Amino acid sequence: MMHPFIIGVGNRWRSDDGVGPFVADGLAARGLAAVEESGEGARLIALFEGRDNVVVVDAMRSGAAPGTVRRFEAAEEPLPAGLFHYSSHQFALAEAVETARAIGRLPAGLVVFGVEGACWDYGDALSAPVRAAAERLIGTIAQESG
Amino acid sequence: MKSPRSKAQAKTDTAAKTSARTIKVDALARVEGEGALYVRVKDDAIQEIKFRIFEPPRFFEALLRGRIFWEVPDITARICGICPLAYLMGASHALEEALGITVTKPIRDLRRLAYCGEWIESHVLHAAMLHAPDFLGLDDALQIAKKNPEVVEKALQLKKLGNDILDVVGGRAVHPVNMKVGGFYKAPRKTDIAAFADRLAWGIEASRELAKLFATFKFPDYEFDYTCVALRHPDEYAITEGRIVSNRGRDLPLNEFLKHFGEEHVAHSMALHGFDRNAPEGYGGAYLVGPNARYNLNYAQLTPLAKELAKECGLGPICNNPYKSILVRMIETLYACEEALRLVKAYEEPDVAAVDVQPRAGEGFGCTEAPRGICFHHYRLDGDGRVSFARIVPPTAQNQKQIERDLREVVQANLSMSDEALKWRCEQTIRNYDPCISCATHFLDLKVERT
Repeated sequence: MMHPFIIGVGNRWRSDDGVGPFVADGLAARGLAAVEESGEGARLIALFEGRDNVVVVDAMRSGAAPGTVRRFEAAEEPLPAGLFHYSSHQFALAEAVETARAIGRLPAGLVVFGVEGACWDYGDALSAPVRAAAERLIGTIAQESG
Repeated sequence: MKSPRSKAQAKTDTAAKTSARTIKVDALARVEGEGALYVRVKDDAIQEIKFRIFEPPRFFEALLRGRIFWEVPDITARICGICPLAYLMGASHALEEALGITVTKPIRDLRRLAYCGEWIESHVLHAAMLHAPDFLGLDDALQIAKKNPEVVEKALQLKKLGNDILDVVGGRAVHPVNMKVGGFYKAPRKTDIAAFADRLAWGIEASRELAKLFATFKFPDYEFDYTCVALRHPDEYAITEGRIVSNRGRDLPLNEFLKHFGEEHVAHSMALHGFDRNAPEGYGGAYLVGPNARYNLNYAQLTPLAKELAKECGLGPICNNPYKSILVRMIETLYACEEALRLVKAYEEPDVAAVDVQPRAGEGFGCTEAPRGICFHHYRLDGDGRVSFARIVPPTAQNQKQIERDLREVVQANLSMSDEALKWRCEQTIRNYDPCISCATHFLDLKVERT
């Protein structure tokens, strides 16, 4: 994934839901192209447009231990539904990826990182295991970005 | 806009018994926020219908108290991520009245342009991605994308156009940051506005094509003699301002709205239920706001092209079939594209982006046509310009009684359907309203009992 465009999905005022924006901030500080997004599906599809390499980081609720990171090669296989939640009319990350695939607008390279969260309360701090995972993930993505 | 934490997977539970039937939708899909539906039928008679909103209240009106006036539009905008302008602009207008200022025509035009952007993005998202699947027998927009990719492609481009207008005029595609009491922090550049002309011309054609496609859907045969309530403006199809009118003879200045319409708490919903204080016998206070109400009241002010499209879609000047709101939304989308194009062509960078504002004591009202219907604001300020009172009446709260009323009629007329089919029809009926449940949930009458 050379020169990826990074999209950090989430709400930075809802504790661990802010992990996407946290990673985006960290990568932007290292000079990579990274933006923060709420996770609304149509906006995500618009951001895919004209880009070959996209990396999405979002909080995940799968029941795994907090801080668990899962990597999905979304360009190659469907994103499992139900891991990434977002309430705006239920058109969110997983729906956006599959819709983009159906209309031929999926980037050739699309990697989605899910970071298992623990706390979703109001607040701007990540919980300890999520923060540690996010910092490792910043390193991983930066390294892979060449 | 909410965090992802609490959206449960949509679960349905239907149980057919010989005489008693219960239809339950535990978590409604394809609506904003969290709501549920409960219907109980016994011996072919409806015992109970509840459209439940269990989205927790957020107490915006209380947290505004004590805030300085200029913070209010940005705070209220956070009530909704789909229609922030309904809050941002309604609050701005109310506060401008309280502060005794009037904005200039260029500022008013820019606001109307931004609002056209909001109508486009909100209407298209609902009509094409959330409501259309109901008519196609598909579970969600993804199924449409697989079956009719060109529809989804067109809808996404239109939605992006709406968001981009908000971005350029409002400074951000969602929750604009460039708008304030008195006008704008910075006027957009003429070249940036002019760049929309070609895209809007395309948008007129695209919304027309989508409308004509949706007109081929099979619509349930149901009509209701609605009490329609909307804004009306003498010179234009009302979006950002006007008097509040109804098809039953109301023609009110904003400060009389609450004399004619109220809000009450009901046990099964976290959101207040709006009601018409003088509803006809048998209406239970229900009234209708939103696209069909606007269309029925202000059809005469639509453009020739919008009227022509309505005709092509089989609509006359009155549409009382709520399922056809999907067509009205697309007609309004076409209108919004035309209106935005007119404003774009006429745009000149104004000398002043905002009118000067000084704090003072006062009272003001504001109301705009959110995509879902009228969104009413009332504020009082003290001598320092701080909020001493705030009241917001969002559209979905007003439509709740009418939603339940429609459900009652629809269920009664379709008792022969299987539970699964009836459940589908009920959800489709709720989605006629494009309900924004998060916005509606703004107050909880909290009662503490102590022993």
